[in-house]
Amino acid sequence: MNNFPGKGGIIFTLVLAMCLRIVPLPNELAAINPDWVLLALIYWTLAIPERVGIFHAWAFGLLVDVLTGRLLGQYALAYSLVIYLCLSLHRRLRQFPLPQQGLFIFFCLLLSQLLLFVIKNLQQPGEFPASFWLPVFTGTFCWPLVYTVLRFIRRSRIFR
Amino acid sequence: MPRDIAIKLLFATGPSINTRLLVAVIASVALLSTDHQNPRLDDVRSALSFLTDPLKYLVGFPSVLLDQASDAVSSYSTLRAENEKLRDEQTINKTRLLKFDSLEKENIRLRALLENSFKLGEQVLIAELVSINMAPFEHIVVVNKGTRFGVYPQQPVLDANGVVGQVFRALPFTAEIMLITDPSHAIPVQVNRNGLLTIAVGSGKHNQLNLPYLPANADIKPGDLLITSGLGGTFPAGYPVAVVDEFDAAGSKSFAGITATPKALLDRNRELLIVWGNKEPMQLLKNQIPDSKPPTSDKNE
Repeated sequence: MNNFPGKGGIIFTLVLAMCLRIVPLPNELAAINPDWVLLALIYWTLAIPERVGIFHAWAFGLLVDVLTGRLLGQYALAYSLVIYLCLSLHRRLRQFPLPQQGLFIFFCLLLSQLLLFVIKNLQQPGEFPASFWLPVFTGTFCWPLVYTVLRFIRRSRIFR
Repeated sequence: MPRDIAIKLLFATGPSINTRLLVAVIASVALLSTDHQNPRLDDVRSALSFLTDPLKYLVGFPSVLLDQASDAVSSYSTLRAENEKLRDEQTINKTRLLKFDSLEKENIRLRALLENSFKLGEQVLIAELVSINMAPFEHIVVVNKGTRFGVYPQQPVLDANGVVGQVFRALPFTAEIMLITDPSHAIPVQVNRNGLLTIAVGSGKHNQLNLPYLPANADIKPGDLLITSGLGGTFPAGYPVAVVDEFDAAGSKSFAGITATPKALLDRNRELLIVWGNKEPMQLLKNQIPDSKPPTSDKNE
């Protein structure tokens, strides 16, 4: 029961994810840059649901809104809905093998992207290139990496 | 973390997750609908930007470091060549400016003859790009000057070659600048050769603008310089915007397909100029002649 990292560890990984979100990349790579913050939030929710919940997701969503210059509340809404799903299913998800977990992550990312798509269209209808949906796929492929790295951070003694 | 607190948390009872979700969703929707319609939430955004702006600078820092490093290790001969080139350029520019004052006065006199007021003279502030990538598909860049320096939304932004865009959102320490190539950006322009007015719309591609509102028989040809027309009030008149590079008068369509290449180096420049235009039009010259009106009467009005 004693493998909680302190608050520092969780915040550090989320801030790192926010940095990765805005890291300068060439245009082709920037289009597929996955939503690292959401991946990190999902991990922490599945790992320590007693600690990380909907309000944390909402707060970090609001920060991502400001960070990426979106309408206030759109990432907050997407993140809190996804984290709600994770919270209500976390007991089952922990038993799932990795491919099945990956499928769930895929749907989580898809839900978030779909919400952003709807809000953006309400705000300003326009054409979206098909590559708008690519971060969902790259995010799913990055999940094992995020999982491994964050589990290492959770178990290491650096942030106790 | 002491063990007893960790165990207590297992049995912690707060509001259920359904309630929490409801609160979060209501809060988000309230924020979304408020932020969409009016700028009342700008203060909230500014306050939150105190948390996020350090991240922008942090992420942008390596490229600043790289720039400085390349400056530090560039060889003596390169620096000398660059220095010489800059000195030559400065001499040429200075000679060009010699006649600028007299031309400006002449322009004011001519405008007075036409009884036509105009705006003249702008202040600029140099801002440096923070190299981060906010959102793909949007041509928005971030610079390191914000409301602390008096930057405000819809302020025009230039570089040494032409118009770059306008300030989209000003936060205390950073400002988001929408480039003229953003698909949702439009800039009123005129053809320098004959004064033909039109609007240049961003294409979503770097280095391309579209001119969708010109008829197929418009007097415009490849190589024409487009300058800001000053209509709309956002951009001061007379700055170069783009050069027309393709004129496709497709027979069946009523509008010609015209594309232009921006003059500003949109994807290469690190330094941008934020411009303060004069709000008040220039006084007509005849009002400045003291004989036309005794100066004491001005105070009564």
